Amino acid sequence: MSLKVERVQGDRGVESFYLWNVVQGLAVTVRHAVTNLRAPRAVQTTNYPEEKKVMPPGYRGKHRLVPRPDGSPKCTACMMCATVCPARCINIEAGEHPDPTIEKFPVQFDIDLLKCVFCGYCVEACPVDAIRMDSGVYTFAEFNRSDFVAHKEQLLATLSQWAEPR
Amino acid sequence: MSAIGYVAVIARAVLALIVLLSFVPFTVWLERKGAAFMQDRPGPNRAALFGTFRLAGMAHVLADVVKLLTKEDIIPTEVYGTYYRLAPMIAAMVPLMTFAIIPLADDLAIGHFSTPLSVLRIPGGLLWFFAITSLAVYGVVFAGWASASKYSLLGGLRSSAQLISYEISMALAVIGTILVFGTVQPNDIVRDQGHLLFGWLPQWGFVVQPVACILFLVAAFAEINRVPFDLAEGEAELVAGYHTEYSGMRFGLFFMAEYMALVTSGAVAITLFFGGWQIPWVPTAALVAGAGIGLPAMLLVGALGLAGAGHWLWGWYRFYRERDDWRAKEPRILATGAVAGVIVCLGLAGLTFVDRASLPLWVPPVFALVAQLSAFVIKLLIFCWIFVWVRWTLPRFRYDQLMNLGWKGLLPVALLNLLVTAAIAMPMGVLSWVALGVAAAIIVVWYLASRHAPQARLRSSQSGS
Ligand code: SF4
Ligand code: SF4
Repeated sequence: MSLKVERVQGDRGVESFYLWNVVQGLAVTVRHAVTNLRAPRAVQTTNYPEEKKVMPPGYRGKHRLVPRPDGSPKCTACMMCATVCPARCINIEAGEHPDPTIEKFPVQFDIDLLKCVFCGYCVEACPVDAIRMDSGVYTFAEFNRSDFVAHKEQLLATLSQWAEPR
Repeated sequence: MSAIGYVAVIARAVLALIVLLSFVPFTVWLERKGAAFMQDRPGPNRAALFGTFRLAGMAHVLADVVKLLTKEDIIPTEVYGTYYRLAPMIAAMVPLMTFAIIPLADDLAIGHFSTPLSVLRIPGGLLWFFAITSLAVYGVVFAGWASASKYSLLGGLRSSAQLISYEISMALAVIGTILVFGTVQPNDIVRDQGHLLFGWLPQWGFVVQPVACILFLVAAFAEINRVPFDLAEGEAELVAGYHTEYSGMRFGLFFMAEYMALVTSGAVAITLFFGGWQIPWVPTAALVAGAGIGLPAMLLVGALGLAGAGHWLWGWYRFYRERDDWRAKEPRILATGAVAGVIVCLGLAGLTFVDRASLPLWVPPVFALVAQLSAFVIKLLIFCWIFVWVRWTLPRFRYDQLMNLGWKGLLPVALLNLLVTAAIAMPMGVLSWVALGVAAAIIVVWYLASRHAPQARLRSSQSGS
């Protein structure tokens, strides 16, 4: 490697003083500053805790279990999701459902969110569309590791971010 | 010195400290908010005092102070303790001491009592400024060397080379103004700037010495290690430069020193080139004589300003109110305060206007002081904004560009400016011809050097294999 000395164009004459270029640059920044000062509410930034964004469709947020009209989970404890899960973080315990047409239901349905890689395979694998990731929740914060395991009740209580789930 | 003399010294020291130290958090805030607005961001707006008062992000500065004061002060084991501890003190001391010669207003004279409005009035005048600012390099060098860290050392080296190089041009630029005004007393220089050129143009430094003004400003940016000359803390290559190894309030002192230096060099620039405490076209005598009208007028302007602020705050209140936002509380309280302020200002304006003929003896001089102090503070605010503005506009220089600009650009221009000024300021005679001759010689040498010297403006190009 060697350094080659080259004359850089534009470094002679008036431009070699930089002053006019500096003034041009200053004009650009002050234009931005004045625009934003006059309309501070037009700044694109989301003021996070007060304003929340609706995540785009297909965004994989925290899981939720889709309820039936009577509020019990739609899940039939078929173990498809638990089987496909690459992180092995779904733990289902099946029980017999009183309704013979349904056969089984999850007595226990835990997802360890610390292990989950948010791949969405569980959603794809479910034959009855009982698990979805359309809650739009992307902030997980707890004080204990054990609190990161989402239980059936929490998963059922989590709602879709849209009133009309797509 | 009489007892009242001591009181006066202490009072003006306190005044100078209040002005300087309250400008520091303000400038930090201005920097963060200004940068944000230039980059289309809202900037700091989270921290809230008592969960309510966010003060447009100023609460963040207070939070920062608390953070810096309560953080662990880590002293690495390998450092040279004394110098390591001394460095931030020197860095903070220099701008504080420099500020001591800045006149904040014209001399205050009530009856027989009279006092200057700068902390120090010494025969040396501006020589104090030269003497103290040249100490700044010690803070940087001590910090860089005593930290026993390569990053610090490199930062310190760069910075000291830069400080020493630009100090020369700066001093030469200042000498130009000293020649024009014929005195080294800052207050006399400011007074002289009150005279009018051609009957209408205030004789401010930048009018009579435009080249020196630009030189001084450029050198000032370099002297306070600010973008575009902040190579001492080039984050990409040096972490944080000479204060890499500092933490807690020791780092805080460096941080404060940086902003105090900014305010101080702004103050010096104002004193020398932008009329100091002068209100354009209004001399001190006129202020004292016209206090009866001036005081109510000033209060009216204050009331108008507060009313404008209140109106603006009320707009924010309505904006948040509609959204049922918790943030609605702050603008409501502040707007109420503004309304109260407007009422108080209007009342005082009315009272002083009615009593304008029979004001107590001390009121007119104090009014003149406050008016001039306000003029100074407003100019200083503008300067702080310019420093911030430039910082968020210009990219950093490369080190060789920095040295080129200092030694091959600013220094010859400063010398030329000084010689030409000297030739004009002196009574025409042999000496002025000598000065002009030297100036011509400098131009010739400069031209030849720039033609034949290998240009150090490198563009590194990899010639492979
Ligand atoms: S998203 Fe992927 S990792 Fe997470 S539970 Fe579903 S299948 Fe398992
Ligand atoms: S795949 Fe669907 S139905 Fe089967 S266990 Fe998982 S959530 Fe329940």
